[in-house]
Order: sequence, then structure tokens, then C-alpha cells
Amino acid sequence: MIDLGRDHLGADGDVFYAALLKAHEGFSPEDSARLNARLVLILANQVGDREVLQAALEKAMERFHS
Amino acid sequence: MPSYSYQPFGYAPPPELSGKTPGRYPVAIVGAGPTGLSMAIDLALRGVPSLVLDDNDVVSVGSRAICWAKRTLEIFDRLGVGERMVEKGVTWKIGRVFHGDREIYSFDLLPEDGHKMPAFINLQQYYVEQYLVERARDFPDLIDLRFKNKVIGVAKLPDGAAASVETPDGPYRLEADYLLACDGAKSIVRSALGLEFAGRLFEERFLIADIELKADFPSERRFWFEPTFHAGQSALLHKQPDNIYRIDLQLGWDADPERERRPENVRPRIERVLGRSDFEIDWVSVYTFQCRRLERFVHDRVIFVGDSAHIVSPFGARGGNGCIQDVDNLGWKLVAVVKGQAGQGLIDSYNDERIRGADENIAHSSRATNFMTPKSAMEKMLRDEVLDLAADMEFARKLVNSGRLSVPCSVAGLRLQTPSPEAILDPGAACKDAPLRRAGDDVWLLNLLGGDFALLSFGEHPRIEANGIRHIHVARPGEGELQDVSGPAFERYGEGLTYLVRPDQHVAAAFRTPDAASIRAAHRRAFDNSQTGQNP
Repeated sequence: MIDLGRDHLGADGDVFYAALLKAHEGFSPEDSARLNARLVLILANQVGDREVLQAALEKAMERFHS
Repeated sequence: MPSYSYQPFGYAPPPELSGKTPGRYPVAIVGAGPTGLSMAIDLALRGVPSLVLDDNDVVSVGSRAICWAKRTLEIFDRLGVGERMVEKGVTWKIGRVFHGDREIYSFDLLPEDGHKMPAFINLQQYYVEQYLVERARDFPDLIDLRFKNKVIGVAKLPDGAAASVETPDGPYRLEADYLLACDGAKSIVRSALGLEFAGRLFEERFLIADIELKADFPSERRFWFEPTFHAGQSALLHKQPDNIYRIDLQLGWDADPERERRPENVRPRIERVLGRSDFEIDWVSVYTFQCRRLERFVHDRVIFVGDSAHIVSPFGARGGNGCIQDVDNLGWKLVAVVKGQAGQGLIDSYNDERIRGADENIAHSSRATNFMTPKSAMEKMLRDEVLDLAADMEFARKLVNSGRLSVPCSVAGLRLQTPSPEAILDPGAACKDAPLRRAGDDVWLLNLLGGDFALLSFGEHPRIEANGIRHIHVARPGEGELQDVSGPAFERYGEGLTYLVRPDQHVAAAFRTPDAASIRAAHRRAFDNSQTGQNP
């Protein structure tokens, strides 16, 4: 069972979130979407585990099934 | 019908107007809010007289700062008003966060026992000011409280500062060796010196209201993202003493402050929050939030303390609490310099240590404000998805930011502290409280520490003496004069360690095998006297 909910960021979570908002600042919706696409691809490679990525994809898709 | 009755403190013509005094003082404090009053009391406890000037003669109108954190209460306890505040205040430690009408997250701010002071109390600023004024009056020879003495100008002097003051009986001028600007966010001293207050304004408006209501809501902080009662916005509810509730409602940048302040517009909003109409409106204000600070807090003999030096948005209770930590940091240093035990470098360390605190507070409160007021479609989308994922994913709950609540700022790594790799509680950290037993009585560690330098040792008595610093020795349960009761003290500090503690109860150094020479060196360093070699 893959536990996707567990927190790995700790106090750095706030710091990352702030950096993410800053990265998007002033971007058009299209550029923002493009930035997110690039980020997803880079992070997926960093995760490097097909099963974890599949589970993450399914979890993210939940929102669109309901 | 406000339940608090505002009593004027009274005005007396200052002696300068009848030509009686030289008009030169060791310390002049501008502003009699929580910062200025705490400052005067801290100085008085250390034997230094001060003059406090305020343009008004009543406490603050409206509750304003209400959330007082544990570290602040410990400082207030040292000043002699902490117990009274806790007795009157509403104690709380649980916060609940809702998305819509669903609770997504709750937190406990003080999960462990063995602290005299609670995680937080809610107490209206007018009570805090009243108690501080009453406490200040315990020192009639050391604190000269001058209400309706409005400072209208300040000028730096080579060895001090001069202030022009207006009173109902006319103007006068005074000089001081040190002038402490405790005159708040709109500081007149700051303007007089032409200093830039750099930072940012958040393009958002919040309605803040004190509501008098006989209800028994639990003593918790409640925060809502997009509640059904206030669609699309945020809301915050706090309980205060005297059946007063504080409600903060996000209004959006387009809201008209004048219009929103009117009772006929406030009432229906509050009715929707509470689901009832049997309440009175005590105080209402419409705010925009700003995070700003001065580049430097120390300008020769003019020192900025509290809101005059830095302001934050209120989510996280880092405004008022940050102010009192400033006072705690500056008090003993200023006194050491006034008494010739240390040089101006010690006051400069206040600048460095409290800029760290201010930056920490500004970073946290900016992030919280950004989270609750998304400024673009993408920010809103990220926020919405965090809230949605928070329902069943722990990591997302941790990203939900309704304010990271005030914790004591550590001054670790700054120059007054001696690096001590063996420490359990690192140099720079604020000391943690712990219950102890002495001669059959329950006592608290922080009360024993008080406001002077101390050596604090745990376990075997190190039998050490240096510079006449008093020594507080905590023995194992059942063994010495002063004992740990059930382990918290040993757990928090480590058995076999000896700490050098600063007068503001922050750790200066820690030793596994202390010797007099190392303690003296750490003591000199804590006074910024390492270069001169001067012993305090």
C-alpha cells in the first residue's frame, strides 16, 4: 500500500508553497499551466517509481470522477 | 453597550512647565501601549528610571491585540502581571480549521504538561494596558507616567535625543540619554527621523468586530476557508473574556471601508456567522494588512521597539507577541549599557536579534495572508486543491495555512551566544519552563530564573562559581534542596548539563564539564565584551 498522504516536507512545506506562488507571479494562465507541466515532469523523474506515480495520478484524478 | 468601562488615567502638568527639573532623563519612552509600558516596568525592575509619554489618557479602544502567546505570558509573569492576565483571559490551545462547513484540521499548541503558562490566552488589549499601567504605578520613584503629553518632534543629539512635547498646559522640550520609540505602527518618532518603513500592503480588506453575546462557544480558535455563511471568503472566531467574541471576516479589496463599518451592514454579516441575532456590536474596524519593518531598529540613542519597528498581518498572533519579545530582549541590554557594564555593541545586538524575530514573523504572516487571500487564478487553484486534498492527506493539511501561531524566536548562531554542541536546549533558545519542588513547595523553573544572569545545572552539583553569577541547581527527584518532580526538567535540559542563562531567559551557553574560565568567557560574550575583555 503506497502512503501518498504522509508529510515529507515538514516546516519546509510553507517555504516551498511560497516559492511556488512566487514562481507563478505575473504569469498568464497558459504560462502558469506550462510551468506546472514542466514541474510535474521533473518531479516525476525525481520520484522515479512507476507504481508511486500511477498511484499519485489516480489520487489526483479522484477530483474529476466525483 | 460596551462592558469595559474606560477610566481616564489622569493628567498632571509636567514639572518642566514650572521650570522645576533639568529636563534631562536617562530613558524617555514614547508611547504607553503594551510595548512602552512593559519597557518601563522591565527597566524599573532593574533599577533604571524612565519617563513615559503618551498622547492619550485612556487604554486602547477596541480589543485590538487579543492573542497572547505562552512566551509573552512568561515575560509578563516576570514583569509581575502574568498571573493576573491568565486569570482574566480565556485560555485556549486548540485551533480548528474548516473548509466550507467541514472541519479539515485541528491542532494542539501545547500538547505537553509541566508549564506554568498556557499556550495562549485571549485578552483584550485594553485589559493588558490597564494591568500594565497599574503595575507601573508600583514604581512611583522609577516610572514617571505622563498622559496627554504628545511628542510632536524628535531630534538626535550627540549623546542622546531631544523631544518636543505638547500638553494641555503648553509645550515643553526634554532631553534623554536614550529615547525608546514605542509609539506604534504610525510612529511619530519614525517620521521625525525620516526613516523608511519598507514592506508591502496586502490588497485585501478584513472586517474585525467585537461582539457581545451570551453563549458558550468552546475556548478554541476557529478558522473557516469559504464557509457557507460567508461565501468565498475567510472567517476567524476567537472567544474573549466578558462574553465578547472577536470575528474577522475577509471582505475583498473592492469593499468600501466606510460602508462596511456601518452597523446596518455589519449586523447581517455577523448574524450569518452566528446563526442568531441576540448580540451587541462592541467595536468594529475595517483593516488592510501590511508587513513592514525598519532597516535598522537602533539609530544611535534612538531605539525602535514594537510596532514602530515592524508590523505584520494578524494571522499567527505575531504582532503584539513580537512587541513583548522586543522589550524582553532590549531591557537588560539597555540597563547594562546605562550602568556601564557593556558598550553600545550590546544594544546593536538587540538590532540583530530582533530583526531576526521580525523577519521570521513577517515571513510567516505573509505566507498565511497569501494563502488566505489568493491573488491570481493559479494561486486560487493551488489553494483550492490543497484544501480538497487536506480531507484525507496529511501533507496537504500541513500546507493549509490559517496562520502559524507565535512561538518564541531563537537567537541561535548570533554573536552573544557561545556555540555548545552538547546542549539539549541550544544556545539562543528561550528557556523552557518546568515544575520543580523546593522545601515541600511547588515552584516553576522560569520564576526561579527571574531576570538576572543565572547558572542552571541539572543532576550532579558541578560546584562551580564564576563572576558571582547565582547558581540554580536542580537535583534528581528526592535528592537536593531543589528537585525535578517527575522528569520534565531533566528531559528538557539534559542531566549533567550546566547552562548559562541570559536575563531574558534565553540560553547563552551550555557546558557538560563547566569550568570557571569558560563560564566567564561566555558571560563576557553575552555582554558583547569579548573584544574589550571587560567583565560585567
